[in-house]
Amino acid sequence: MAELTHVQSEAHSPNLRHHFDDMGQQFDSATFGMWVFLLTEIMFFGGMFGAYTVYRSMYPEAFAATSNFMNPAFGAANTAVLIVSSLTMALAVRAAHLGHQKTLQMMLIFTMIFGLAFLVIKGFEYHEHWVDLKVPLFPSHWAWDGPNAPPQFAHQAQILFIFYFFMTGFHALHMVVGLGIMTTIFIMARQGKFSHDYYTPVEVSGLYWHFVDIVWIFLFPLLYLIGHTRQLI
Amino acid sequence: MDLQPVTPIRTYVLVWLTLTIFTFITYVVAQVDLGAFNVVIALGIAAFKMSLVIWFFMHVRTDSPLTKLFCFAGFFWIAILLSLTLGDYFSRTWMPGGKFW
Amino acid sequence: MSTALQEPEVQETPNYLNAEYGWKSWLFTKDHKRIAVLYLISISVMFALGGVFAMLIRLELLTPQGDLVNSDTYNKFFTMHGVTMIFFFLIPSIPATLGNFFVPMMIGAKDLAFPRINLLSWYIYIAGALFALAAIVMGGVDTGWTFYTPFSTTYSNTFVITAAVGVFIAGFSSILTGLNFIVTIHKMRAPGMTWGRLPLFVWANYATSLIQVLGTPVVAITLALVALERAFHIGIFDPAIGGDPILFQHMFWFYSHPAVYIMILPGMGVISELITCFSRKGVFGYSFIAGSSLGIAIIGFLVWGHHMFVTGMSMYAGLYFSLLTMLVAVPSAIKVFNWTATMFRGSISYETPMLYAFGFIGLFTIGGLTGLFLGTLGLDVHLTDTYFVVAHFHYVMVGGMVVAYLGGLHFWWPKITGKMYPEGWGKFSALLVFAGFNLTFFPQFIAGYLGQPRRYHAYAPEFQVLNVMSTAGASVLGLGFIIPLIYFLWSLKYGKKAGNNPWGAKGLEWETTSPPPTYNFETTPIVTEEAYAYAKHEEAHVG
Repeated sequence: MAELTHVQSEAHSPNLRHHFDDMGQQFDSATFGMWVFLLTEIMFFGGMFGAYTVYRSMYPEAFAATSNFMNPAFGAANTAVLIVSSLTMALAVRAAHLGHQKTLQMMLIFTMIFGLAFLVIKGFEYHEHWVDLKVPLFPSHWAWDGPNAPPQFAHQAQILFIFYFFMTGFHALHMVVGLGIMTTIFIMARQGKFSHDYYTPVEVSGLYWHFVDIVWIFLFPLLYLIGHTRQLI
Repeated sequence: MDLQPVTPIRTYVLVWLTLTIFTFITYVVAQVDLGAFNVVIALGIAAFKMSLVIWFFMHVRTDSPLTKLFCFAGFFWIAILLSLTLGDYFSRTWMPGGKFW
Repeated sequence: MSTALQEPEVQETPNYLNAEYGWKSWLFTKDHKRIAVLYLISISVMFALGGVFAMLIRLELLTPQGDLVNSDTYNKFFTMHGVTMIFFFLIPSIPATLGNFFVPMMIGAKDLAFPRINLLSWYIYIAGALFALAAIVMGGVDTGWTFYTPFSTTYSNTFVITAAVGVFIAGFSSILTGLNFIVTIHKMRAPGMTWGRLPLFVWANYATSLIQVLGTPVVAITLALVALERAFHIGIFDPAIGGDPILFQHMFWFYSHPAVYIMILPGMGVISELITCFSRKGVFGYSFIAGSSLGIAIIGFLVWGHHMFVTGMSMYAGLYFSLLTMLVAVPSAIKVFNWTATMFRGSISYETPMLYAFGFIGLFTIGGLTGLFLGTLGLDVHLTDTYFVVAHFHYVMVGGMVVAYLGGLHFWWPKITGKMYPEGWGKFSALLVFAGFNLTFFPQFIAGYLGQPRRYHAYAPEFQVLNVMSTAGASVLGLGFIIPLIYFLWSLKYGKKAGNNPWGAKGLEWETTSPPPTYNFETTPIVTEEAYAYAKHEEAHVG
């Protein structure tokens, strides 16, 4: 017979939600929950990466030809920016864990600045593609001609650019959400909600942010560095 | 209450430096024509960078085996999607008259 | 002042239903039990809607000519039937209702790990359902629930984007439910509730949740790409620019095959609970049944190509997908053998839930075996896209899953509502469902084998007798579903009050009141015995 016996629980922290037994269980559940969510995100982006891989296997030369119209300098800059933002995010989580409020807030601000920088650079890139007529989603802004555009790849190159805009677009969407999350965390930090004993939201937000960084780490070589990169037109 | 060990700042900065250096390496190597190896190196470096982020920035190094399992499961499942799908495309040419696409 | 005797007020024990009143206490609740009830109402509405489309389909198929509606309208009927039934009824069904209600209780927890996300997942479900309803009201979708390209992306003139968005949104509801269950089962088991003592219903929901979390995002991105391609009139599945429609099918079925295991595994979990209780015996081969749930979840991800044997996919891929399909039948068979062995030398009683359990074992076995016919490459060339396939999946989905769902609803109804349903009507409806179901779908095996294709509003005259039998059966089946709806609602007001454990069942949920208190347990229980620890030679009726 199952006994209904009182289980020892520690003194009530104001941050303990009532369905949990103690803060350790709560923290564990929250971080594990975020990992399960990231698992779904791996599968979401993975679906796109999978489709990309199939088409790249089908049309290797067409995909390689599109690298003439990609700006790897922008891509590399974006990669560097995101990596720095990951560093500042990790430092922010560390500061939250240690209860260093000022450092936490500072690192969150830096993370957001770098995140914003990423989006600004992306904006420039998208604008360049728009001007160069490399946006197949809008018929008036797609043209495949010129010395660096072998005509036999006209159709398949569209597929690559469709992947480019959808993959970087979904990624940018996740960045925007990430910035929203960081803003919320920053406000909560300003309100003094975090301490050595309770910094769970910072921890799980950090996990999300690093994941978005990882997606970009793969997008960079796959979209920008496909073929033998040459000088930009 | 210490739910996790604290990583020293030095470690984080070293990881960041490594990531940045390898980004630079990826960029430079891509300028050189190595044929099929370009993809292998680029993706290999990306996988290495990802592992650093996961292991250090995301604390998987100090996390429970359960977290490590779930982290691994994601990549394994993508591998299932990719391998069985690509298996279809690549084996189409094995029959006489079969075309890859 | 009245001199008439006033009846003393009967104090109701405080429970989750009377803890708070008012619409806000329901729409902003964090209690997993209330959320389960919200889901129960919502999916019942969608089931009814799906049933209406089913009746329209069967009405058209009474006669060989396409005389009730034209082919475009008929295409909309079977599409909307499939979309509502699969995405808005079957996928959420048991996990969101019985799972939500009982998984925390069965493991001795006060709630799920993330109660607010639980509520959010219901709201997301409603949002998705509204998009689907909008698509129906605006004029429907005619692509089939499978959204095959390039018809869905380019050539269909119906509200594909709206429907795809609805399914996309509902997918997130499913993902969040799965996420919640995984974390809860890992992190919130009561002391002494080891993995080896978990009720098999919990194991089943755990395996289901793994599939939800791993598979749903892929169909999400696939449908998002379809919607985007339709919106921009160009996309990666567009053959005009070198896109491959077969790739769509790979990505779609990567989820949609495991999805059928999302649909059946919780039903199998229910059956484990019913068989043990109504045989008054511990389950035979606990670890095999638990392990087979995980086995189905994992192997289920490796077989999706069996939906694509005749599409132009490589024959070698067909080979490995066919082989793996044979393999995935093994864990299901293990369950059926173990349930049978559980009943052997048990003290069996024939209450309504047990009648449904019997129905499940027979009908699921037929459905499962016919799946093996379809998984065999040579046979599938003949049987694919015929009514044989339709009969196969209805045997597992309706004869399996819906029957298990009804069995579970009857079993746990007293716990959820504190009232008993009328047992005589329960038995009668169970028999109606069984009879109606077989009359509806068995003729379809024959019609399909003889060559009647699916998704056609007209057919060759020689199939008419079989179709008339099928439509007649559908009416009986429909009645079998309507009667419980009536008596369940009736029981809420007039049903006999249920005790804590009307069936004498083992399990933590039976050790609380009926209905349970909001926080499930006064104090976290400590578990000391194995699951299904029925004493040998126990009496058939207790309490």
